[in-house]
Amino acid sequence: MSAAMVCRGYIPADECVDDQRMINVSLLTAFLLVLGGTVFVVAHCLTDNLFLCQDPNQFIRASALRVLSSIRVPIIVPIMMLAIKEAAADLSPYVRKTSAHAIQKLYSLDPDQKEQLIEVIEKLLKDKSTLVAGSVVMAFEEVCPDRIDLIHKNYRKLCNLLVDVEEWGQVVIISMLTRYARTQFTSPWMEGAEFDENKAFYDSDSEEKKDQTEAKPYVMDPDHRLLLRNTKPLLQSRNTAVVMAVAQLYWHLAPKHEVSIVTKSLVRLLRSHREVQYIVLQNIATMSIQRKGMFEPFIKSFYVRSTDATHIKTLKLEILTNLANEANISTILREFQTYVKSQDKAFAAATIQAIGRCATNISEVTDTCLNGLVLLLSNRDEAVVAESIVVIKKLLQTQPTQHGDIIKHMAKLFDNVTVPMARASILWLMGEYCEKVPKIAPDVLRKMAKTFTAEEDIVKLQTVNLAAKLYLTNSKQTKLLTQYILNLGKYDQNYDIRDRTRFIRQLIVPNEKSGALSKYARRILLAPKPAPVLESAFKDRDRYQLGTLSHSLNLKATGYQELPDWPAVAPDQSVRNVEIVEPQRIKADLFWVSNVHCPCVCTESGSESEEESSEDSEKTSSDSGKSSSGSEKSSSESESDQKKKKKTKKAQQKKNKPAADRYAEIPAVCHTGFGSFLPKLEFITIMISFFYDFFFFCQHCLFPQNDSKNPTFRTSGISLFHMSFQVTTSSFGPLKTYELLHHMTGKGLSAKYHFPRQPCLYQPSMVAVQVILTNSSDHALEEIHIGDQSPASLNIHCFNTIERLEPGASVTVSMGIDFSDSTQAANFQLCTKEDQFSVSIQPAVGELLMPSTMTEQDFCKEQGKLQGMNETSATITMATANASRQAINKQVLSVANVGEVPSSQNNFSRFGGRTVSSRALVLLSLELSESSGALLTINTEKSVMASMLLRDLKQALAQA
Amino acid sequence: MNHSQGFLKDIQISCLVVGWLLSNTASIILSFRVWGGQSMTDSAPSWFFYSAEMIHSLFLINHLGDIFLEKHWKSVISRSVCDYFFEAREKAVDPENVPPVLQTPHHYLISIYRGKLFFLSVIQTEVPPLFVIEFLHRVADTFQDYFGECSESVISDNLVIVYELLEEMLDNGFPLATESNVLKEMIRPPNILRSVVNTLTGGSNVGETLPQGQLSNIPWRRAGVKYANNEAYFDVTEEIDAIVDKSGTTVSAEIQGVIEACVKLSGMPDLTMSFMNPRLLDDVSFHPCVRFRRWESERVLSFIPPDGNFTLMTYHISSQNLVAIPVYVKQSINFFEAGSCGRLDITIGPKQTMGKTVEDLKVTIHMPKAVLNANLTATQGNYTYDCTTKMLVWDIGKLNPQKLPNLRGSLSMQTGVPNPEENPSLNIDLKIQQLAISGLKVSRLDMYGEKYKPFKGVKYVTKAGKFQVRT
Repeated sequence: MSAAMVCRGYIPADECVDDQRMINVSLLTAFLLVLGGTVFVVAHCLTDNLFLCQDPNQFIRASALRVLSSIRVPIIVPIMMLAIKEAAADLSPYVRKTSAHAIQKLYSLDPDQKEQLIEVIEKLLKDKSTLVAGSVVMAFEEVCPDRIDLIHKNYRKLCNLLVDVEEWGQVVIISMLTRYARTQFTSPWMEGAEFDENKAFYDSDSEEKKDQTEAKPYVMDPDHRLLLRNTKPLLQSRNTAVVMAVAQLYWHLAPKHEVSIVTKSLVRLLRSHREVQYIVLQNIATMSIQRKGMFEPFIKSFYVRSTDATHIKTLKLEILTNLANEANISTILREFQTYVKSQDKAFAAATIQAIGRCATNISEVTDTCLNGLVLLLSNRDEAVVAESIVVIKKLLQTQPTQHGDIIKHMAKLFDNVTVPMARASILWLMGEYCEKVPKIAPDVLRKMAKTFTAEEDIVKLQTVNLAAKLYLTNSKQTKLLTQYILNLGKYDQNYDIRDRTRFIRQLIVPNEKSGALSKYARRILLAPKPAPVLESAFKDRDRYQLGTLSHSLNLKATGYQELPDWPAVAPDQSVRNVEIVEPQRIKADLFWVSNVHCPCVCTESGSESEEESSEDSEKTSSDSGKSSSGSEKSSSESESDQKKKKKTKKAQQKKNKPAADRYAEIPAVCHTGFGSFLPKLEFITIMISFFYDFFFFCQHCLFPQNDSKNPTFRTSGISLFHMSFQVTTSSFGPLKTYELLHHMTGKGLSAKYHFPRQPCLYQPSMVAVQVILTNSSDHALEEIHIGDQSPASLNIHCFNTIERLEPGASVTVSMGIDFSDSTQAANFQLCTKEDQFSVSIQPAVGELLMPSTMTEQDFCKEQGKLQGMNETSATITMATANASRQAINKQVLSVANVGEVPSSQNNFSRFGGRTVSSRALVLLSLELSESSGALLTINTEKSVMASMLLRDLKQALAQA
Repeated sequence: MNHSQGFLKDIQISCLVVGWLLSNTASIILSFRVWGGQSMTDSAPSWFFYSAEMIHSLFLINHLGDIFLEKHWKSVISRSVCDYFFEAREKAVDPENVPPVLQTPHHYLISIYRGKLFFLSVIQTEVPPLFVIEFLHRVADTFQDYFGECSESVISDNLVIVYELLEEMLDNGFPLATESNVLKEMIRPPNILRSVVNTLTGGSNVGETLPQGQLSNIPWRRAGVKYANNEAYFDVTEEIDAIVDKSGTTVSAEIQGVIEACVKLSGMPDLTMSFMNPRLLDDVSFHPCVRFRRWESERVLSFIPPDGNFTLMTYHISSQNLVAIPVYVKQSINFFEAGSCGRLDITIGPKQTMGKTVEDLKVTIHMPKAVLNANLTATQGNYTYDCTTKMLVWDIGKLNPQKLPNLRGSLSMQTGVPNPEENPSLNIDLKIQQLAISGLKVSRLDMYGEKYKPFKGVKYVTKAGKFQVRT
């Protein structure tokens, strides 16, 4: 959490000019310096900052949440939880994205919140914005990667959105979808198909395979195909991680013959940075073992340059070796010849091993390779010679025909070779094939006996071996030599050698004690030994998912999840079906209409829409997703224009009540908001009040003269609350009329509005608003219509333009506004032909509800489900006039648009409603007690709404 | 901040302190546990060790092995974790050879090497390594973009901005804003005038407006761009990667092309670029702004460009197509057993240059260790031999087809050391202006969505990429 970020949270809030901004920065600095020690004070300042200021600016809301969630102090977990829930339902996709990020942070802070977080994730997964998708899938992967059932309904949407998601999100979504697909679809790889790669040359085989497929037809799930089709364009991404993610998806999910489309893109990545090359080459190495054909046409891209780093060279060598076959081995070997001469000796040695592997794998070239390696024995470089000897040893073992001359040649070299491994290899060869070189072997042993004490351990062991073998085959010549060596070995410093010597002596030298075993000495020591298999180091890497850290390190990294195997039978496909909701279409239509108003969007999406219209109907959901983001964009552009208007609005909202009066109410809000956390909250309240003192101290000291002119972020937020409160108390009766535009400010045009409390005709999620426009001027007004709107994502159904309004006439028009269950004001411009007036409709919380009829039983059942966090209650005192049941009903209904639930108990009043936008249940119950007190309980998921509603009701019931 | 630059730094430090306190919860937690009335004797809570973000910490290490900057996105990880890296660094000798992915008992280290600096990230759980590598390169690119170069001194001079950038680029270990246009809206790049003004007025380099770019579905372009002169320049640069063997035959050759753009257009222009011969391109990758569907169906690039410099697309023309090699090299390098000396004779001539001049021709040879000195004469250009790095560089300049440049002379060798087995290979640099060697040509560039007439320009350059001649 840098100062920059906090600054950004504060500065724009004031829409300040430079000098004010400076003051703010210095104020903030004072905060940090003074409060640096008591960090949680800062924490709580930010907490209530978040709650009290439902700032109209989405960036500030987002930054506040980001800062809040970065404070890793367990006591604020419940507050964080609330904040996340609230932000997840925010209108702005950016805030929702931030909430998805916050989920991970909260989860790492307190894993006990898992269940609730999963609920939020579930909600966010339904989000259609491309901004949110990546972040929420990331949160899903962190919190509940096993809850695959949450993905079903969103699978197709995610596939369709994928191209438009930001690149980092793409990586995460692709890897999640890979796992998902492996659990939900059947394998596209038919039995026998794994081999068709190698057998492709033989026509008969491929025909046979065709028969097989006819016998067992495999039909790919359309959803499986959808995933493959929608990820393919991402191979062209500039982000190497995305390309790799798609490549691994194809590798693990696509039918075998389709995997090769990723080849080109992977080869392209080889041009990228050294580190990228390293990872990509590792993955290609693994792929090339199983599927030579994929990379064979690109073999030249893996040729080594002298400027490559050593680990890149080695990996390229590995791939070249994997790709070698009868057809290309001659060119590859020619390349290898250049590499062997490389100045990088480690690389030259690796090349020799690679030649060895080619020689064993392709029998046609074994002899050529062997000859080449023998030539290398005369190389000047020790390392090269040593490596050659070791490889030749392995090769001879696989080809134990007449290679006496090679062994002789090596024996001659023996004096010059100093590398222990090479010396040991020669000795082993002598011993193994001592019958082929009967004259030389004893001589080598003689030399070894001379230098035995000075040799390395590994050489000593092989000397003992050689001695033993010679003793068995040619005891006449070597008996004394062997005994001498065994004696030397007996007193060697190394216990392995002493051990071996003792064992060999017992085995080969017959004495009375060891009769039984020594009979078999010859068969034990000179048994034919199986040839070593020269395999790729990447042979077993395919057990890890490609592109993962585990694959790169070849060991299981912390947190690695095994890729599940294909299910034998596909699970139910219908779980992914999403019923197409009608409003979505309306939304899409609206978008095309809105395009007309805004040319830049039109050009961009217009071209896309042409293409898309030709696409199959399956795409409708993606279209609507796109269109909604498109409209967001257009409105975000207009947002900047709106800033000034907001400013004026804020100024209107600002109240000149004494500060102390305002803040006295804060603890009450907290109590009602988070009633179930009372013990902790008492503490928070103390801290908050301490903070306020400090805040005011700062404010008054630093700029007392500015107090009235410079509304701070905080005070504007508080006044927002007061607005909503005052509005409800000032009137009475269900049809309260509010002023929208006064005729003085409106240059003769005045507007009033009220909430008719009818279901909205335009969209079910909108609140119906009736506006009465009156012309009080002396001339006719023309073309009255609605102009720019804010906040950006606000969804308003405007009334049709009124062509002409005569002086003194008035007209009633109806609008629909989707408040998304928040009391945030809908700001828009009321325009006439000449003028524009910024107006705002601030709904009382009770107007965001609609009545819901239910029985008492249902009510109690639903209430039972909404306990704990979702319950808000308070004891209220009622005015004496409200004692009767009718009076209570009247009061409650005046505040909130809810329906009465018939009650069997006399002292209970119950009301049911739903929020207009998200259809969340809101349950009100009022338990009357003696002495005009009552317990008011509100059960709903929308806890912020609940606390606001509670306040309103409390106030209403207390009044006569 | 009001008074001086120094104060500004103080603030940054205090912010860091606070940030550290916030992220290092250990001490605070204890005090809270008392407040909350919970038992202090609990064993360490699981969440304290639980950490699932992608990138945990970042260390910047210079070529001497000093950690000069560290940034932790969650809890602080001790610098000692870098010891494992230093060990690998020692072992690798050459910094290029350090393995990018390392394992330590509790963490995994992923590093990149850019401009003599190591960017070392610490991660704790499974994550696609390319994800981290790509991000680290993006960080380095951003530094380059902001400060003109990515070096220790520049980073140290701009610590405040660097920390701000890192904070915005990564949220809890997950990349947040990596698009340069978005970042520049939030954190303004430094310039001399602004730093002077900031010092005098106490301003900061934090942007005053809110970044709208992040919100739109074209996050790469900032809103409200205005220019007096509207211009769009495109540089088509092709690099030839080739290996030519001793006899002059081409072992492998391919072309890597990139179209860099510098677009300074007002408003929201929608550009369409079409090529004369788009079928040439084997494999392409695009900036996210390019509409892929249009490319697939019509082979035109249709895009709303970011503001300023960006890479529009990169393409690859592989060895299957015939790649023209612009120059040939006649060389003979011999080392003699007797007299411990060697001879060198190199001549370069034009091969397939499509009638253009080859410029900036340069030959670099990494000599074997045994070569002590070179005594050569060049008919054109200068040569230098660095005895410590064993690099022979022959800077030729323009290639004159009438009088071919030649470098010949003797090499003095260390006595008593066996002669090198292999002759060193020659790395060739060259540049041909006004030519894309693949023959790719932009046929037209159209703009929609805005009314003004922009100035448009396309420039072609061919360069040698990894062009190597084996000897």
